[in-house]
Amino acid sequence: MNEKIYLIPKNIEQCLDLLKKYDGEAVIIAGGTDLMLSLKEKKISKKAIIDITEIPELKKLQFTDDTLNIGASITHAQIAKNIWIGDHMQALAEACNSIGSPQIRNIATLVGNIVNAQPAADSAIALVAMDAKVEVISDSRVYLESVENLYKGVGKSKINSCKELVTKIIIDLPVYGSGTAFRRISKREALSLPVLNVSIFITIIKGKVKNVRIAIGPVAKHPFRPVKAEQILIGKQYDDSKAFKEAALMASTEANPRNSIFRGSKEYRSVLIKFLVYDTLKVAIKNAMREDVR
Amino acid sequence: MEKFQNLKFKINGNLVEVIVSPDELLIDVLREKLLLTGTKKGCGVGECGACTVLLEGKPVCSCLLPAMKVQNKEITTIEGLESTSIGRKLQESFINHGAVQCGFCTPGMLMAAKGYLDKNLNPNKEDIRKAISGNLCRCTGYKKIIEAIYNVVIERHGSEGDSND
Repeated sequence: MNEKIYLIPKNIEQCLDLLKKYDGEAVIIAGGTDLMLSLKEKKISKKAIIDITEIPELKKLQFTDDTLNIGASITHAQIAKNIWIGDHMQALAEACNSIGSPQIRNIATLVGNIVNAQPAADSAIALVAMDAKVEVISDSRVYLESVENLYKGVGKSKINSCKELVTKIIIDLPVYGSGTAFRRISKREALSLPVLNVSIFITIIKGKVKNVRIAIGPVAKHPFRPVKAEQILIGKQYDDSKAFKEAALMASTEANPRNSIFRGSKEYRSVLIKFLVYDTLKVAIKNAMREDVR
Repeated sequence: MEKFQNLKFKINGNLVEVIVSPDELLIDVLREKLLLTGTKKGCGVGECGACTVLLEGKPVCSCLLPAMKVQNKEITTIEGLESTSIGRKLQESFINHGAVQCGFCTPGMLMAAKGYLDKNLNPNKEDIRKAISGNLCRCTGYKKIIEAIYNVVIERHGSEGDSND
């Protein structure tokens, strides 16, 4: 590694000034659980590392009237332990709890997981299902972008961490009748990448599916949405198992996973998608129908 | 050219100041500069937990942390364990339960256990399994490690605890 300096700005302005000063030759670090490996393996080489974890605004987990905002320094452990999120955004809590190990979760951030741009990043899969957005500051421009639209390729985010700062994730608060679920299949229960993960966000109004978003990984270069499967479900009764099975089968056809030495064969994973989507759907609906959080 | 930087932090209750390079890892500062070799370097990529230390009381992998990240913060390593009551109880329990074989994973296991028990008063064995899920052991098969930690929980409460196995 040829880094010249490790910098710890105290506020966003200082961070942006540093990014400008180094003009692409500095890289932002939050938890660093992915970045440190890339630096070690010399995949990246920069003059400066800018550590954003001492900036107070980025450490906030905050509710507004309509949204939950998750600051860029918030770790997976903080989300996994949060009681409100565990009750109202189950998919996010479970996804965050499934990553790595306790040690990794204590340091690794959700924003970092998005920017690292792996197609099966568990917290990103849940965030895509929930149609989350990020706020980004680039030069003096501030913009919002859907997490779903941030993927350029495997490991390649549209966010340039040498020039831009993601400040927070913004998730709409759950509306009446909505529920989420997350399921993951992996070879081991910890320190294990997913063979497959699925997250579903669904809204049931007067017993019928009003809205549904399904995210699946890793079956494409980015978190994958089987939109035809989603369409099958719109307008269906909350207990229409036949429709769920049809949607799950369609999701499996749309996803079209490839053969992978690490994750499993195409045939195995296609079958797995069908069952995983079906099971996750049932849990999401159950959560949506819960009276105690309505 | 690297700019060496001043790193000040608290380790096992003591304030230290050490010169580090910006890309230096915490584990190397602990072992090579502070000569605290109790923390072990296993995989070096955050996947075995042998290097576990407590950062502000939370278990973390020191092989993944840039040393500068602990500026003005508090670190506890295995060398600091015996200065706490629960640390001593864990050490004794590990020995009494045969939870140490080659000993390489042991410092990391103890730090993960202490970090967890400091914040969780009444875990069952399943909770303990999850608490050490980031620590690999090639020798023991984990059973005695879990029993050793659970024993500390029971003794702390002076009750039967949860008999869930």
